[in-house]
Amino acid sequence: MSSAAIARPVRFSSLGPYMVAGIVVLFLGAFLLVPVLKVIQVAFQDPSSGSFTMVNFQDFFNSSLFRQSFFNSVYVSGMSVVFASAFALPLAYFTTRFNFSGSVIIQTLAFVPLIMPPFIGAVAMQLLFGSNGSVNLLMRDWFGFDIPFMEGLNGVIFVQSIHYFPFILINLSASLQNIDRSMEEAGQMLGSSGFRLFRRIVFPLAMPGYIAGASLVFVKVFDDLGTPLLLNVNTMLAPQAYLRISSIGISDPMGYVISCILIVFSVFAMWVAFLGMRGKDYSTTQKGGGGLSKRDLRSHEAILCYVVIFSILGIVLAPHLGLLLLSFGSVWSFSVLPDSFTTSHYGTAFTSAWTFIKNTLIYAGLAGVIDIVLGTAIAYVVMRTNVIGRKWLDYLAVSALAVPGVVLGIGYLRVFYGVNMPFTDQPMATWWGIIVIALAVRRLPYALRSCTAALQQVSPSLEEASENLGASKFRTVRRIVVPLMASGLVAGFVTSFSTAAVELSATIMLVSTENDAPLAYGLYLFMQSAAGRGPGAALGVMAVIIVGLATYLSHRMVDRARQQRSSMEQATGDVA
Amino acid sequence: MSNMVHKTLRHLGTGVAIAAMLATATAHAADDKLVIVTSFPSDLTDVFKNAFMKENPSISVEVVNKSTSSGVKYLIETAQNNQSDIFWASAPDAFEVLKENSLLAKYESAVGGVATELNGYPINDPDGYYSGFALSGYGFMWNERYMDAFKLPEPTEWEDLTKPVYNGHVGISAPSRSGTTHLTIETILQGEGWEKGWQTIRDMSGNAKTITERSFGVPDGVNSGSFGIGIVIDFFGFSSMASGFPVDFRYPSVTALVPANIGVINNAPNNGPAQKFIDFLMSETGQGLLFDPKIMRLPVNKSVYANAPKGLPNPFDGSIKSEVNFDTAVSQGRYNVVNSLFDVMITYRLEDLRAAVVAIQEAEVALAESGATNAEATKLIADAKALLHTLPIDEAKANDPEFAAIFKSKRKKQTDKVEGRQAEIEQEWDNQIVQNYQKAAELANTARFMF
Repeated sequence: MSSAAIARPVRFSSLGPYMVAGIVVLFLGAFLLVPVLKVIQVAFQDPSSGSFTMVNFQDFFNSSLFRQSFFNSVYVSGMSVVFASAFALPLAYFTTRFNFSGSVIIQTLAFVPLIMPPFIGAVAMQLLFGSNGSVNLLMRDWFGFDIPFMEGLNGVIFVQSIHYFPFILINLSASLQNIDRSMEEAGQMLGSSGFRLFRRIVFPLAMPGYIAGASLVFVKVFDDLGTPLLLNVNTMLAPQAYLRISSIGISDPMGYVISCILIVFSVFAMWVAFLGMRGKDYSTTQKGGGGLSKRDLRSHEAILCYVVIFSILGIVLAPHLGLLLLSFGSVWSFSVLPDSFTTSHYGTAFTSAWTFIKNTLIYAGLAGVIDIVLGTAIAYVVMRTNVIGRKWLDYLAVSALAVPGVVLGIGYLRVFYGVNMPFTDQPMATWWGIIVIALAVRRLPYALRSCTAALQQVSPSLEEASENLGASKFRTVRRIVVPLMASGLVAGFVTSFSTAAVELSATIMLVSTENDAPLAYGLYLFMQSAAGRGPGAALGVMAVIIVGLATYLSHRMVDRARQQRSSMEQATGDVA
Repeated sequence: MSNMVHKTLRHLGTGVAIAAMLATATAHAADDKLVIVTSFPSDLTDVFKNAFMKENPSISVEVVNKSTSSGVKYLIETAQNNQSDIFWASAPDAFEVLKENSLLAKYESAVGGVATELNGYPINDPDGYYSGFALSGYGFMWNERYMDAFKLPEPTEWEDLTKPVYNGHVGISAPSRSGTTHLTIETILQGEGWEKGWQTIRDMSGNAKTITERSFGVPDGVNSGSFGIGIVIDFFGFSSMASGFPVDFRYPSVTALVPANIGVINNAPNNGPAQKFIDFLMSETGQGLLFDPKIMRLPVNKSVYANAPKGLPNPFDGSIKSEVNFDTAVSQGRYNVVNSLFDVMITYRLEDLRAAVVAIQEAEVALAESGATNAEATKLIADAKALLHTLPIDEAKANDPEFAAIFKSKRKKQTDKVEGRQAEIEQEWDNQIVQNYQKAAELANTARFMF
């Protein structure tokens, strides 16, 4: 598999791919490039005269604080990938390799950490793992010492790997499900088995998914703002950019210099991941195998697997348990558990929740659909066509990951506030659709990675076959490519949808009336006052349940489709 | 083969589209509208919104909640096509920024019984662009369970928080992040003087467990018990107590009472309802609502204090000693310089600062315990303290408008020229500060190892 790929002949030179690329570029240009440039140009301005200069970048590299922040960010991102892989690998492998009764439930539960509602999640984490949280209070009582889970850079690594490991899990699982079983069988026939089989055959074949997930984790942690802020660690790049932009003012150049550096480094990291994959062909012609052969576990193996799975789930779901306790607790202060329990918070939350929930489902759902459409288009243009500069399309989309939400929000206000919507005559920036677009742009990189990984595993010869049989390009994509990518597309939709459902930083700039506000914004409202903590937690629990259900249903959908497929194959096999 | 997925995806798409159409069909019922941009939590705004709409059923009130700084940015960015009527927030500085950008319209409510000054400090903007509707003082709140567990005494003055016993137990926000913290820091600086004030602030921050990223992070941390004592604005303390948390609040003697404000936005689409709302807020009914247990702010209408709940002091009868007459002009002039100094000296270098402060505290304890007089050790400790307390700039420089201009984010005119860049100056300060902190820790450690 590590042999160089056979260079595919350029198969068409019609205008079709250019048109698709053009539409994508138009969308990204209008809703990412222009608004961001409108804000970020400050980085290249001399603060005293307003003329073009690179002096701000010089200031950046001269500042020991910024240099230190840069190294901290790289270190934390790298370590988070290591720990996130340790969480994700066993879960992905066990659930796709063996017959588990609750595979889908395990996969769904393991996905839940990605949905950590803003603010309230932080409070729950502190109450459990903080220096005076439940765990440490108990440890101090029993053993006389405590562990600083949530302090400094190590705290950031701990929280980030819990939070983002589902990126690896979901992409790796999708990849494992796409591996051609005959490869594994060939390996077995040649005498390989057990760990060697996994190391030499299975894992390398699933590499596109793993790299997609791992690079996402790396870049996401590198650009992430929420976690360092909640732990009050500010000597990292993203918090430095945010703190400067939001405290010194939006015309301070340094915040944008840092944003530029975040964008460049993120694209660089993606490029390195791309280099690692180059020259390798991961596609399989045959979809017949439908993933690894699943086998039953012997009872002692099963027990071992369950122990591993449940201890991982125990750790990664602890914050959500904390959230649940908080939503039912009356007062929870410097104690292992809340003083007493009540359901009244849910009553308070419900009075305002319905609009928020409806808006969230619409916004995040639409954003997810836009993302997989765009993601498939970009992945296809990049990998299957010879459009000039196609790689840059990918980089442009990925750079959205590194644009701080505040910057995007302000950019939208600048560009779209002067433009009035047809019919209503209201400024376009106050239209709820703009929130959907902001969410779609911000979450596009997630969906794009999943779509790219999925397409990488589809062999071009299947498309060639389809075209040889007379199908048009469009028909081939619709009838052959997209269905083959299905599990990757669902993975992409779920990631975009669920993370968009709890997005706040761009949304808060763009919400212009409470009727248009999504759930994350409602949470923000509650979390501004002491009395709002319980209802805020209740709203957070609702958010997690809704997104969790959506995830579960998507998994079920894929699973059912797979079962249907294999039973159909069985039928055709019997006839033959 | 995967028709199933295909079909379901399609259904999903249609479902989302239909839901989207439904969402656009929300209708507006009332004839008049009022759009309020505010930084206050819905616990506060809902109370006023509901009471106001009950009195004025024809006006539908829409509350847009943003943090103070993003609220200001929102109004600046949307001024070309303004849709908002009222800005409602705590920090007077935010209103000053809006006033400077001519984004406020003059309106002075004629409701009777409202105080216009407190201890000589005007409650409303002298030019009439915004008015104070409630008073707030600064102090500290603490978690009683936490204090019991760590056997900490209750603090009474800012000075107390600099004592070694509180090391690692204090929480504070950064003035650049939180308008209310900025007022606290400025109050200390004006009350104790520039040099002495910074000394207190730095010793206090050396005891900090954390510098939180937003104002509400401080009461939140105290309520959860992440740290014991928080430096907060009074209503955070009062409302936490009213919500049942085991916490208490106290004003130290150096405090200032600063008004929380409201103002009408220039070119407000609904000017009439906006003025009506402000009148309602200043009326006895409106002011009485401030006593709601979730709000607990001090009204400016003296007559309502007769019905004040237990524990809420009346600032007009002298029950809050406030030794500081807050000078808004001075505060406004050096606003960004103070923020930047605090961040460079404390927020970003908290670990170095903490190390130095702890070393000095330990050396002093060692010296005291030895009972002997040791001139060399005393001198070392004094030197260490001097290094720790060295400021990169003096008060005259901080108040110098030309120097402050470097930290102003916006040039007024294309032709305005400023010497020096903020990043450059901060780097200079940072070098000096880090060196001083490390040297101070070294000296103090040398002194300690003499015993």
